Amino acid sequence: MANTVNIKIDGIDISVEAGKTVLDAAKELNIHIPTLCYHEDLCVAGNCRVCVVEQEGAKNLVASCAMPAQEGMVIHTNTHKVRNARRHVVELLLSEHNADCTKCYKNTKCELQDLASEMVINEHMFLDLVPEKNYTVDKQSSSIIKDDSKCIRCQRCVRTCHELQHVSALGVAYKGDQMKISTFFENPMYDVVCTNCGQCVNRCPTGALIEKNYIDQVWDAIYDPDTHVIVQTAPATRIALGEDLGMESGSIVTGKMAASLRKLGFDSVLDTDFTADLTIMEEGTELLTRLKKVLVDKDESVKVPMFTSCSPGWIKFIEHMYPDYLDNLSTCKSPQQMFGALAKTYYAQKRNIDPAKIVSVSIMPCTAKKFEAARPEMRDSGFQDVDLGITTRELAVMIKQAGINFQELPDEKFDSIMGASTGAAVIFGATGGVMEAALRTAYEIVTGREVPFENLNITAVRGMEGVREATVKLENVLPAWSFLEGVELKTAVAHGLTNAHQIMEAIKKGEANYHFVEVMGCPGGCIGGGGQPIPTTPEIRRKRAEAIYREDEGMEIRKSHENPEVQQIYKDFLGEPLSDKSHWLLHTHYHKRKRV
Amino acid sequence: MDKKLKRVDLIFSEECVCKDVLTTSLKKSNDDILKDILDSGLRGRGGAGFPTGLKWKFTAQETSEEKYVVCNADEGEPGTFKDREILSRVPLKVFGGMAICAKIIGAKHGYVYLRGEYQFLKAELEKALVEFHATIKELGFDFQIHILMGSGAYICGEESALFESMEGKRGEPRNKPPYPTIAGFRNKPTVINNVETLVYAFMICRIGTEKFMELGTTDSRGSKVFSISGDTPIAGIYELELGMSLEDFVEDFGDGDTKAVQVGGASGFCVPRKKFKDTIIGFEGVPTGGSMMLFNSSRSMYNVLKNYVEFFEEESCGQCTPCRVGCQQLKIGIEAVKKGEKSVHYLDTLQKLADTMKVTAKCGLGQSVANSFSSIVDNFKEEMIY
Repeated sequence: MANTVNIKIDGIDISVEAGKTVLDAAKELNIHIPTLCYHEDLCVAGNCRVCVVEQEGAKNLVASCAMPAQEGMVIHTNTHKVRNARRHVVELLLSEHNADCTKCYKNTKCELQDLASEMVINEHMFLDLVPEKNYTVDKQSSSIIKDDSKCIRCQRCVRTCHELQHVSALGVAYKGDQMKISTFFENPMYDVVCTNCGQCVNRCPTGALIEKNYIDQVWDAIYDPDTHVIVQTAPATRIALGEDLGMESGSIVTGKMAASLRKLGFDSVLDTDFTADLTIMEEGTELLTRLKKVLVDKDESVKVPMFTSCSPGWIKFIEHMYPDYLDNLSTCKSPQQMFGALAKTYYAQKRNIDPAKIVSVSIMPCTAKKFEAARPEMRDSGFQDVDLGITTRELAVMIKQAGINFQELPDEKFDSIMGASTGAAVIFGATGGVMEAALRTAYEIVTGREVPFENLNITAVRGMEGVREATVKLENVLPAWSFLEGVELKTAVAHGLTNAHQIMEAIKKGEANYHFVEVMGCPGGCIGGGGQPIPTTPEIRRKRAEAIYREDEGMEIRKSHENPEVQQIYKDFLGEPLSDKSHWLLHTHYHKRKRV
Repeated sequence: MDKKLKRVDLIFSEECVCKDVLTTSLKKSNDDILKDILDSGLRGRGGAGFPTGLKWKFTAQETSEEKYVVCNADEGEPGTFKDREILSRVPLKVFGGMAICAKIIGAKHGYVYLRGEYQFLKAELEKALVEFHATIKELGFDFQIHILMGSGAYICGEESALFESMEGKRGEPRNKPPYPTIAGFRNKPTVINNVETLVYAFMICRIGTEKFMELGTTDSRGSKVFSISGDTPIAGIYELELGMSLEDFVEDFGDGDTKAVQVGGASGFCVPRKKFKDTIIGFEGVPTGGSMMLFNSSRSMYNVLKNYVEFFEEESCGQCTPCRVGCQQLKIGIEAVKKGEKSVHYLDTLQKLADTMKVTAKCGLGQSVANSFSSIVDNFKEEMIY
């Protein structure tokens, strides 16, 4: 049995595991202590001081988030002294904060505003410091806006960027009254190592870090009679969108989402799942081709392990941090970009629409997708392949703006073409999903049999462990793949860039010997993406992942190569995986970026 | 001229030879030395006054392959300049104190974290270190001292911020607990003592507990080095017995027109003339890390206070709300009252804010801003307004 300590909070005795904090213990008792800098995903900072409580016998108040529960401790969370102190702390934060709430993107979704409201702050106790501050707003990134006037210096973003993502694009600069959250040499976010992952946005308690929103541009396109506006929705949006519209975490809202998009006025409601399946065809074939070149042809110019390339946060990370490994990346574009390139070629031809009139919108769980869409190389259709990338959150805003009663909407289906999905495509949204989908298809291509896992569920690659490994032995392969007979296909999965860093270091040191590695930039994969509803916690991500796998199990078709529209596009348009046309539209290349 | 206060000559006494003390001490048992330090009642000379023997004992009790002894030479408190003098005159005693501590706690490495502005002391200290290392080698004791430079931030004198700085990180105080005795430098058990404390520990090993205890009071044993500045004809460094009354002090050091003494620097307390008689300098009264600033009637206490809050506003690390924003508010608050933009009642709001800072700030910096603020505003309210 674990060691426990006994403490008393507000007169109630509780026994908690040793090492738990006073805040943890209070939570177990359902005693609410306000917090700001505290976040379940991050190490304890103890710097905002909102969570102070009174400890009997202690001279000063203690920060409950940082104070370990100790035997015999007597804590009071609701005394006059505590209330006054918290009030002062919030008043101080407000005095440094640009509290022009009606002009803030986070209005009504701000943790500081919530606290101010709870404390009924009608007039400010202290002088306004904002006019003297010369705060700056950095709007230059395609993905993230950083507004220092809203910052409360809680350093959640700094800890996120450093601990979860191993990027450290954001850090603390200066001291005292000048102290601020900044970047290397205070360069704009677009010009530093920022991967645009948006994990900081997910954790910022105020409006200091927000996604660059394209809501008005999407409305303008919808209302423009001369345009044909199509929309694609990423796998992970359908299990998270409901959270921003009053539903529980883990609600599957695929049908309602399709219905709401139609109501918003999109001309065609399509699915990124289609190109997720296409990715599996292209990437799976690429993997097998690479393995042949390495194992049979002994071609040393071909690199393994091959890394997945669906996550634009991961792509930018490797471009900055491990440029020597760019040749290990699959050349496949991400599903969003494959979709974009096909929308203005294949789709335009099939539907007989002038591609110049198509506005291609994507709904993504991701902020890095905005940057990806704007990459100059993503114009293979002859136009910008994806015109506007918006997050799950932005879609929720549009649904509210349109007055749609989301929860009451009947389920509707996606349009066709480019709207067909499979279970394999859906699980792209969770860490390990691309690997599982790829294995389901690649194994079958090589052996002619289904993957040898019960009900197609490859549980070894599922879960929330930071790095997971799985080995699949290829036996009794088809004659065309005889070189793979007996090969143990070694795979690994990492999510969150700190884990990606860990796996890259192992590969660099020669300690890891994989054939295929899936990396997702965000914790939990796209379900925990930087564009998903706020808040995010391990528990919420677990529920979203469960929903993803429920959705997979409920699908009629669960293997990418069985997607009828995928089969059709190869027949009608692309020919075969890795064909010239595929290379032209579906594959790309990467760039070394500076590491500052 | 007859002086009221007893001058002491322990710290700078020339007769003591480092090697002799180390030879004797290294032969003694750890328990015996620890008992001496504990019995002596020696308390930290950096200002906070934690019993030195306890600090050593706690660290000694920890089981760890690595332990460290760190000498806090980041002397940055406004009005304090005694560590500089100690380091330049008797560096071997400082190192000796570190070696004795290292023996007791089981440390193989010691660090002197030297204030950035004391770069000029480094060459001489390194010379002394060569001599010191030769001595302990001769005595067969395995211990190395390294000198690390600070970069000029006041906050790095706070022990946990100092460790962060030593580890190459931004100097921000850590959450406590855990305390340094359990998790200090590199998260290993660490004793961190002020320069002067280490010398007194060394001197206790030299002169014995009883001799040390002859000086001072029950709560404040021994003597202390004071940095005396301001309106005094004899500014400088003096070693005096602890437990003196401020009245006697002013009689010795004042210029005849002393209206206030700031005891303990910007983070200390301001004592007005009417309280000199009842104020004891020591842990039972008003403690000090050594700074004694005298102000005569020509000085504006508003300017003195403004100078202090400006100092804190700039030297706060900025991480915790009460300190970062509180200091800014205190500064613009007293300015607004002085200009008549805020009524005199706003001083009460600021006093309450200072009280909150005292109980909510993450470290000693933010917690101690209220000391000077409240004592100056309380005692010199009219100077804040007119």
